[in-house]
Amino acid sequence: MAVNGLDVARVKKDFPLLAHQVNGAPLVYLDSAASSQKPQSVLDVMDEAYSTYYANVHRSVYTIAAQATEHYESARNRIARFVGVNPNELIFTKNVTEAINLVAYSWGRANLKAGDVVVLTEMEHHANLVPWLMLAAERGIELRHLSMADDYTLDLSNLDELLEGAKLLAFTAVSNVLGTINPVRHLADAAHAKGALVLVDGAQWVPHLPTDIAALGCDFFGFTGHKMLGPTGIGCLWGRAELLDAMPPFLGGGEMILDVRLDRFTTKEIPHKFEAGTPPIVEVIGLGAAVDYLETIGMDAIREHEVALTDYALRTLGERFGDTLTIHGPTDLAQRGGTLSMALADVHPHDVSQILDTRNVCVRAAHHCAKPLMRRLGVGATARASLYLYNDEADVDALADALDATARFFAP
Amino acid sequence: MPDLEDLYREIILDHYRNPRQRGELEVPPAHRVEGYNPLCGDEIVLYLDVQGDAIADVRIGGSGCSISQSSASMMAAAVKGKTVEEVRALSRAFKAMMSIHETTIGGDGTEAEAEDFEGEPGAKLGDLEALRGVVKFPVRIKCATLSWNTLAQGLEEAGV
Repeated sequence: MAVNGLDVARVKKDFPLLAHQVNGAPLVYLDSAASSQKPQSVLDVMDEAYSTYYANVHRSVYTIAAQATEHYESARNRIARFVGVNPNELIFTKNVTEAINLVAYSWGRANLKAGDVVVLTEMEHHANLVPWLMLAAERGIELRHLSMADDYTLDLSNLDELLEGAKLLAFTAVSNVLGTINPVRHLADAAHAKGALVLVDGAQWVPHLPTDIAALGCDFFGFTGHKMLGPTGIGCLWGRAELLDAMPPFLGGGEMILDVRLDRFTTKEIPHKFEAGTPPIVEVIGLGAAVDYLETIGMDAIREHEVALTDYALRTLGERFGDTLTIHGPTDLAQRGGTLSMALADVHPHDVSQILDTRNVCVRAAHHCAKPLMRRLGVGATARASLYLYNDEADVDALADALDATARFFAP
Repeated sequence: MPDLEDLYREIILDHYRNPRQRGELEVPPAHRVEGYNPLCGDEIVLYLDVQGDAIADVRIGGSGCSISQSSASMMAAAVKGKTVEEVRALSRAFKAMMSIHETTIGGDGTEAEAEDFEGEPGAKLGDLEALRGVVKFPVRIKCATLSWNTLAQGLEEAGV
């Protein structure tokens, strides 16, 4: 039974994959930081779209084309409301990676020249490192990085120094490796005080915490559907209207234009200016249903549940494994999400995850697309278990039992 | 699900716990090459000292899972002192063992027999045979072949 407002047993029943059996037993799915499972309501809504009103959007007057457009734009409105922004500032992308690339390509190329400074952090996912490295190679911009402190939070002692003369501060709101929740508002205010704009990678924030982008004080914010119960292939970039209006388009093609001549074109207003080609229509509608589901459960209840479950996991693993299991992440529950990056003494994460798999315990063993951070931690990889609204104490116990079996299997 | 004992044979765990040829060589005369498995972050640093047409010495650094590290250890022990030609034959035999099985994934799960890859004259896999079970775990094949791919890179850099 849940210790808070969220009834996990009921929630679990909404996710068909969690009832599905693999090798004769149900799954213990602990890899939601990589991608979440989908509730039946999302699958139903997408199936309904394809089965009853599917057509291209923004193009035709016939009944189902109008219906498709209405469902599509209704989803945009609900998603925008869910994260506290104006729908005309919400651009659909493929994922956060594309959202950040859009900013680097469009805003970056229009506004950054050789010697300009972009400040990142050591905690970033490759999605918020490589686009800037590409721009650095092309333009000669300077990249600076906030370090990670030994308590797995960002070292802010030289924040103002690093921001001196910077044009942009781009950072993750929640680390996909450590679970660290970064002080978004504090960082945004510090950057603005130095005249820099702020881009936030919200991939691991929006699925797990109540989101009010306006209150976070940033200028760009990316998030992705598949980590928040929605389908793959749909992400979002929010940007301030005045910035988006001034930016050149990213991809060119149909849907984003007002008029095209053989020698020139004019673009539509935002957000459509940044949405070239037929969009992922049914994925957008699916993400709308995911947002509806999350709102029904309540983001406060989800956060509360994850805090309680993370507390249980940290205590359980600490009691059962002591020093033989290192968890790379903050211990203060207020400063972390439910992502547990684990190192089991003398057993490589890849081998950990192999043994866990024999018990249907799904964790990710890898560098988590954050190789600079792994080097900072002094490891090549970790085994990462990540908790979400459909996980419960039994899942944590199954993880602990499987880790115990792993340690015994590899004992000399 | 295939049996874990097929993957983690005792000899593999022995090479993992007590890796052979661990260390570095002076560069030059040795060549230093790095290999990465982008899937899981395994890293191999290979030092290769080629004298004439033979592998005079080889050392292994880096870190990774039991499969990648034991495979590197077994490989280093197997190629030291061999001629480049013998090493190439061994490499082909090893990769054949990996890839033959790779293509049978989803089939009846039975093992391909030794003659499938023993068409290499003079190539005795020896301890490396223990890695045969890896092919039942398709995502781990890259762990086992990482050191061999790095060796191929090293031979190329050594110009042999």
